[in-house]
Amino acid sequence: MTAVTATETVAATADIRKRGRLVFAATIIVLCAWVLAPIYLLVVNALSSPDQVNAFPKSFVPGFETDSIAFFMGFAGVAKALFNSILVACITMALSIGLGAPAGYALSRFEFRGKGVFRIMVLMTRAFPLPLLALPLAVLFIRTGLDDTALGLALVHTTLALPFAVLITFSLFSGIPVELEEAAWTLGCTRVQAFRKVVLPLVLPGIAASAVFAFVISWNEVFAAAVLTIENRTLTAFLLQNLDVSPLHLKFAGGAVLVVPALIFIFAVRKYLFAMWGIANR
Amino acid sequence: MQQRTLPYLLLLPATLFLCVFFIYPFLLVAWQAVSQDGALTLEHFRTMAGHWKFSTAFWNTMLLALAVVPVQLALALFMAALVTRMGAGRDVILYIWTIPLGISDLAAGIIWLAIFEQTGFLNSILSSLGVIDQPVTWLGYQDKATIFLAVVLAELWRATAIVLVILVAGMGLIPKEYYEAAEVFGAGPWKRFVRITLPLLRPSIQTALILRTILAFEVFAVVAALGGTNLPVLMGETYQWQFALQDRHVAAAYALVILAISIAFTLVFLRTLRVPKEAQV
Amino acid sequence: MAEISIRNVAKQFGDFTALHSVDLTVADREFMVLLGASGCGKTTLLRIIAGLETPSQGEVWIGGRRVDHLPPRQRGIAMVFQNYAVFPHLTVFENIAFGLRMQKLPQAEIDRRVTRTAELMHIGQLLKRYSGQLSGGQRQRVAVARALAMEPDVILMDEPLSNLDALLRLEMRAELKGVLAESKTTTIYVTHDQVEAMSLADRIAVMDKGLIVQAERPIEVYRNPAARFVGSFIGNPPMNFLPARKADNGSWRVAGITFKGPKAEREEIAFAIRPEDLSHAESGLPAEVRVVEPLGPHVLVTCDVEGHLFRAVLESDIVLSRGDIVKLAPTPDRIRWFDPETEQSLQVH
Ligand SMILES: Nc1ncnc2c1ncn2[C@@H]1O[C@H](COP(=O)(O)OP(=O)(O)OP(=O)(O)O)[C@@H](O)[C@H]1O
Ligand SMILES: [Mg+2]
Repeated sequence: MTAVTATETVAATADIRKRGRLVFAATIIVLCAWVLAPIYLLVVNALSSPDQVNAFPKSFVPGFETDSIAFFMGFAGVAKALFNSILVACITMALSIGLGAPAGYALSRFEFRGKGVFRIMVLMTRAFPLPLLALPLAVLFIRTGLDDTALGLALVHTTLALPFAVLITFSLFSGIPVELEEAAWTLGCTRVQAFRKVVLPLVLPGIAASAVFAFVISWNEVFAAAVLTIENRTLTAFLLQNLDVSPLHLKFAGGAVLVVPALIFIFAVRKYLFAMWGIANR
Repeated sequence: MQQRTLPYLLLLPATLFLCVFFIYPFLLVAWQAVSQDGALTLEHFRTMAGHWKFSTAFWNTMLLALAVVPVQLALALFMAALVTRMGAGRDVILYIWTIPLGISDLAAGIIWLAIFEQTGFLNSILSSLGVIDQPVTWLGYQDKATIFLAVVLAELWRATAIVLVILVAGMGLIPKEYYEAAEVFGAGPWKRFVRITLPLLRPSIQTALILRTILAFEVFAVVAALGGTNLPVLMGETYQWQFALQDRHVAAAYALVILAISIAFTLVFLRTLRVPKEAQV
Repeated sequence: MAEISIRNVAKQFGDFTALHSVDLTVADREFMVLLGASGCGKTTLLRIIAGLETPSQGEVWIGGRRVDHLPPRQRGIAMVFQNYAVFPHLTVFENIAFGLRMQKLPQAEIDRRVTRTAELMHIGQLLKRYSGQLSGGQRQRVAVARALAMEPDVILMDEPLSNLDALLRLEMRAELKGVLAESKTTTIYVTHDQVEAMSLADRIAVMDKGLIVQAERPIEVYRNPAARFVGSFIGNPPMNFLPARKADNGSWRVAGITFKGPKAEREEIAFAIRPEDLSHAESGLPAEVRVVEPLGPHVLVTCDVEGHLFRAVLESDIVLSRGDIVKLAPTPDRIRWFDPETEQSLQVH
């Protein structure tokens, strides 16, 4: 009697377990679908001909036509906007790593007066809506001839990316024991040599990841780009400007082109994403 | 000697840069908002507040933040809790869930436009199910509610990833021993989540809330892509004043309003979610 | 010629003083062992000598050169770090060759030195591995090999054998001593292991709370501790201490027995004796047996003498059990005396 109920309870718990696992798996799949489905639909649109895009009801499989993309790429100004986007993003990447990495290194390796002030300044930038900087800078840039240039926009994007670069490189350098550098010094290295031979090889992948991060921050930025560029529009500014006037297939093709680097980006930095934020939290 | 100066030399470029391109422009924008031809004035704020779109834009921005951020936090916490219980495939799932992190707000707007526009996928489904016979306009100029809903969905879709990343990173910093200890004392999964994860995660939740709220106040391109100017928001109005209306001073006044609410909310979160230094992991 | 001379060196970290005015001279080719409790400042002192830490005051001289202001690479030293600091991105071979490459030695010479030191440290078969593929003890030996390969004038080693098993440690110890003696290197060696200290050292410097308390030949440190701390820190089991009351000029009463001692202007001083300098006798200190631990050749007896913990190492043929009262007689010329306030040793004249 008791034996029977016991086996029944065991069976029941096993049943509940199994159902729990099913629910768990189903939830995860639903959430994945929630993330992936909209991207899939964009891709469907981008890979369909303009007629298919404007047809109704719409097919849920792409027509595998390249007309939309071809039309988008051939559209006046797109190639240039694409080039500008890449150019601005590259300058942003170089500037934010070039300025941010030394600061991150100093924060991780030295105790000095004013360290706290600097950290607060960097953290403060997070509490500010940075794209708004574009407004006063628009005026300033006109005076200095930086208006409507890739460099001018990259400077604004660098204020967005620099705090991240500082915090990320800070955490990267902090992850490398000082003793490694010191060992190199005792083995005959100068500070610079020790950095080049020991620290740099170890942080390079992380630095690359934060460079990619800076690239994407710039690539995705809309407001400052729209405010600061007129002739030399970036892709985002171009699309924003033409939202009212461009046909649907143009928007969708443009959206798809915007999304592709994002997918590559998250893939490239996936190893560092969490480590970066874990420390940058502090 | 060199030891003393080296850190300052290393910090100098970044500091100079931030002074020139962060602190100085903010002083400039503040000055632009309160001055006219070199004299102090509140005229621009009056113009701003007097315009019929201001209060709509203000409340739309607030409501959007209110509708988006709490749901995002809850959803991200839920996803993060799932992540901690995942075995194999954790990395793949995390990769998928963090994809939107790299997608710009403009692209997100366009993606959801593909769903909500008149010949879009939503109407296609509804019509193939026989719910409607004619395509419905969801994003027309008098469909404020559906535009609002579309923007909320797009924002939830796009920006939950950043909260998730911050929370998962924060969970990674919580030592496993705490969970094991709690388990030994008989705490179930739910108890462990409420009693250990949530309190220890407070610094991360704080960071995530601050970051997300500020970004929510800056909402711009998603709205522009989905609703054009039918759903005014603060950032959109700023852009309008700068370009369409060509009044830099009023645009600056808008900027100060966004800045003010951003700082106010940051301070609120800093205070209410404060974690004493001694109590941190 | 590489004599190391540390003059009046102190080091503060914020308002914490890690080193108080340290003076120490290590002769050319001498093997000096630093011994002291955890946190007493051994690593800090090594780092100051190496140039990794700037002293708050004082001077460091190596080979007749004042080196305080010189960076580590110009001091002619090599160092083995407490936590190894093996470069994770280089193979074992490249780790050992690192310093040699900095000196731009010819490849043949590098090969020769790397192979030799690797063989010496028994890691010859690991040369192609990365540090992530090594055990803690193997990593530690890479760190030692890397320093030895430099063939420096001065070698600083911070607990270089701490992670090896007892047998391997014994072997490495002997080899290290041989190599360093042969290569005419001046060595400062930090360890927690007293046996290691005794067996390796030409001299032992005992540190306590940022001070060097005594720096003498191992047997001196053992026999004639300069301070109570040295006696209680060195020796296993450590020295016994009992209070001694003044009986007469130059004689003191300890647990009811009178001993000749120093002439001191004190009512009470400390009497000290090592456990192995006691013997079971007709008359002596009355001790009540608490625990008896046979150690093979000897037996360690823990007793109570007038409420004080007291240990004796006795002949193993004595049969004792808990509660027995025994008389323990100290070997007279092994008795030491300490001032209760300064804790310094008091000389018997
Ligand atoms: N950078 C530092 N900042 C503050 N205090 C420090 C620093 N380095 C060392 N100390 C302190 O100085 C004291 C001496 O440290 P040191 O590392 O020299 O000890 P040690 O004798 O090597 O100990 P162990 O045997 O455990 O290695 C310790 O109390 C330590 O906490
Ligand atoms: Mg130490």
